[in-house]
This record gives sequence, C-alpha cells and structure tokens, in this order.
Amino acid sequence: MYSASDLRKGLKVLIDGAPYVIIEFDFSKPGKGQALYRCKLRNMITGNQLVQTYRSNDKFGKPALEERKMQFLYNQDDEYHFMDTENFDQIFITKEQLGDNVYFLQDNMELHVLLFDDKPIDVTLPIFVNLLVTVAEPWAKGDTSGTDTKPITVETGYVLNVPPFVVEGDKIQIDTRTGAYVTRVKE
Amino acid sequence: MLDLEGLHLRAAFFRAIRRFFEEQDFLEVDTPIRQPLLIPEQNIVPIRSGTHYLQSSPELYMKRLLAGGCERIFQICHCFRQGESGRLHLEEFVMLEWYRLDADYSDLMRDCEELFSFLMREVAGSVLPVRLDSGWERLTVADAFTRYCSVSAAEALETDMFDQLLVEQVEPYLGQSIPTFLYDYPLELASLARPKSGQLDVAERFELYVSGIELANGFSELTDPDLQRKRFEKEYAKMEDERGREKKMPEFFLEDLGRIEQAAGIAMGLDRLFMQLSGRKKLEDAVSFAPEDLDS
Repeated sequence: MYSASDLRKGLKVLIDGAPYVIIEFDFSKPGKGQALYRCKLRNMITGNQLVQTYRSNDKFGKPALEERKMQFLYNQDDEYHFMDTENFDQIFITKEQLGDNVYFLQDNMELHVLLFDDKPIDVTLPIFVNLLVTVAEPWAKGDTSGTDTKPITVETGYVLNVPPFVVEGDKIQIDTRTGAYVTRVKE
Repeated sequence: MLDLEGLHLRAAFFRAIRRFFEEQDFLEVDTPIRQPLLIPEQNIVPIRSGTHYLQSSPELYMKRLLAGGCERIFQICHCFRQGESGRLHLEEFVMLEWYRLDADYSDLMRDCEELFSFLMREVAGSVLPVRLDSGWERLTVADAFTRYCSVSAAEALETDMFDQLLVEQVEPYLGQSIPTFLYDYPLELASLARPKSGQLDVAERFELYVSGIELANGFSELTDPDLQRKRFEKEYAKMEDERGREKKMPEFFLEDLGRIEQAAGIAMGLDRLFMQLSGRKKLEDAVSFAPEDLDS
C-alpha cells in the first residue's frame, strides 16, 4: 500500500480497481491546516484523466503492473500477436488498444508490453523505426511554392508530412513517440 | 541552489530584516532548536532528533521570553516539518518570528506593511508582483469564502472541507494586485490565538498573502493558561495515531503564559518571502541548498 505521503509525479496507483499514473502533483498545506496532496491522474487503460485532492490518511493500492520484453509476430485481422522473448508465451493485443502504434510495428520488432493483472494494456516501441515510402508525389525540383512539407504514405498505411525531397522508394526514420518524420535513411 | 549573485541578494535581504527590527528596538533572540516537547498541533509532524524534536517553530520559547519581560523580540531560525515538500514547501525552512508585548494582531499587520516597504526600499534588486503604495486588502475569512467559494466558511468547516476549499477556491484570488490580510479565523483553527472580543466564534488570527501565496501567520496571543490547556487537550485528542509522540502538557509554558497580559506574534516564511522579492518561482530556487543539492 502507498500512503498519501508517497504520492509524486510518475507514481502508479490503483484506484477503483484501475491503474492510474500521476501526471501532475503538488503538495500544499494552508497555514496550520491539513496537508493536501493534489494530483492529476491518468487512467492507464482508458486514458481518462482525473483531478483529485488526497489527505494524509488516504491509502492506495499498488497496481499489479509488469513490463515484459516481447517480439511482434503477426496480425490476424484486428488481433496483433506478440511473443515473450524469455518464456515464449504468446499474447495478442487488439488494434484498438494499440492505437497509432499499429503503424510502426514491423515483423520481429522487439518492444516492451505493459501488463496489468496479466492483461496487456500498453506497448512501448523502439523510439525510432525505419519505414518504406510507398506513396509520394514526385519532387518537382525548383518548386518554390513555399510549402515546406508534403503528405506521403509509408508501407504500413501511415500518412505523415515530410520534406518535399522524399520520394517513393525512400526509407525514412520516424519517431514513434510523436509520429513525426526524423530523417531519410540510406540502407 | 543559489548562485553567487543570489547568495548576495539573500544576505542583503537578511541584513535589511535585522536592521528593520533593530531600528524599532526589537531584541534578536535565539532559542533551542532541539526541544523535548513541542506544542501539540494536529497538522504538524515533527522530526525526531534523538530524545528531542527539531523545532517546528520557535514560538513556545519566544513566548516564554515575553513572559520573562522582553517587550519586543525577533528571531530568524531554521524550522523543520516532516513530509512537507512541494513547490512552496521544504522540510527544512527559515522562519522569521517576531513578538510584541501589549499588542494585538492589527499591530502585526502594520509591522508587515512597514517591513515590506522597508525591504523594497533598502534591498537593491528586490521586486514584488504587487503594489504596496495603495493600502493592503483586509478580508475576513467569512467574507473571503462568501466572495470566492461555492460554500460558506462555516459549511466548509462542518464538512471538513475548509482547508481544501481555501487552497483550491480562495487562495488563488488573494494578494493579486495588492497584498491581502485574510483575518478572523474560525476559533477551532487557531489553537493559540485569542477569541475576538465581541465575536467569540472567531479568533484574532490572520494570514498574509502575496500573489496567492501565504507568507505569514500571526495572531493576538491567547494568554489564559486554563483555556490554553483545554485547547491543547482538544488538539491532542484530534491527533489519533500520534506517531509515538507523548501527549504531555508544556507546563512551564502554561505557567509563563499566565504572566503575559497581552501580546501578539507572527511567523513569516523567509524562503518564500525571498523567493517573491527576488522574482523566483520555486522555493528550491530561493534557498542556498535545495534538498536535491545535498549529498546522500
């Protein structure tokens, strides 16, 4: 159990049976008054946010969270299958749960899966992935129309804005945290 | 952690505070930092030091000096409160306390006004986010709740929401263009303060706010030892688990209290004051060493 004095930014606590992470924290205490622990929390499953003020006597459970290293195997429709690289257990995560992460998955990619009560709730991908550009307008040299970027599509179907010199067949690096273009890569 | 310029400014500011009080014939005193027994306060967790505690405030011994005949005293000292750390809190912090015999809380409010004007004038490089020239706001707790809060102060107290509503709904509005004295606290929130004559449900206690930040807590001292003993008993009764603290009465203090006719005292957080007067935003940026600067 955690008590209120353990609360801090980044701590994960169990509230009403769900895991929450504290994303903002402030201790306050009016003169001669009670200690107040003011928290903004994010539900780690639904993403919903909650603002709550706790007092000294409040207690919190520790969510049963476990991070495991896994490898992406394949997807069958909306089920994405992963294998634990240590014990070879296999699990699947739905497309909906993965959100935009589905666009950055590559066969055999190693990543971290966060489990709550043995159920996967989140994945942490490598920060950078290299993906093939499959659809792009050709680069019109000397184009001075003033647009700095253009939309292109990569092999996974993901659409993003890149500099005009990127063309079909290029490999580009994408930051999986932001989904943004980083650089063109030569392989 | 302060840089060289910050250290000089902080030192200039401490010198000016001392000069302010010395010019008014205040005696600078020092009292024990380690104390065998602390004044029972429900919401303060003391830090142990062997068989003693580190002081959470010097008030007990400063009041005994008043009883011993001192008329005007001040002290700048380190105080300690366990578990209080945040943007505006440090477990170890510097307090300025001053006491006046034959005075009440309105005298202390005037002291605050004069002290601020003095510091702004005397310390080169001092800044304040509020104006000092046009009179300070005086707002009773009851009026402040009526004005800014969804429920009355009495209702907030009954539902044990007073502190939270004060912090979340009232404090942000206090001291915004000029400093605010929030005054006349409900009696149960002022264990050591005197009831207001003619209005016995409130105590002559005030807090000073600048930019929504509480800087000082002052009051007309309760000098009736019997009533003070009852208040301490009540305070002890509210301290449930009491983390191994002995529930003893500070008998010397109560005895001395009977020798004081009338007095008033105030505690001001100097780190916070310096933070504001030097235009800093976080307390840890206003002290010589913040907790994370210490070897451990």
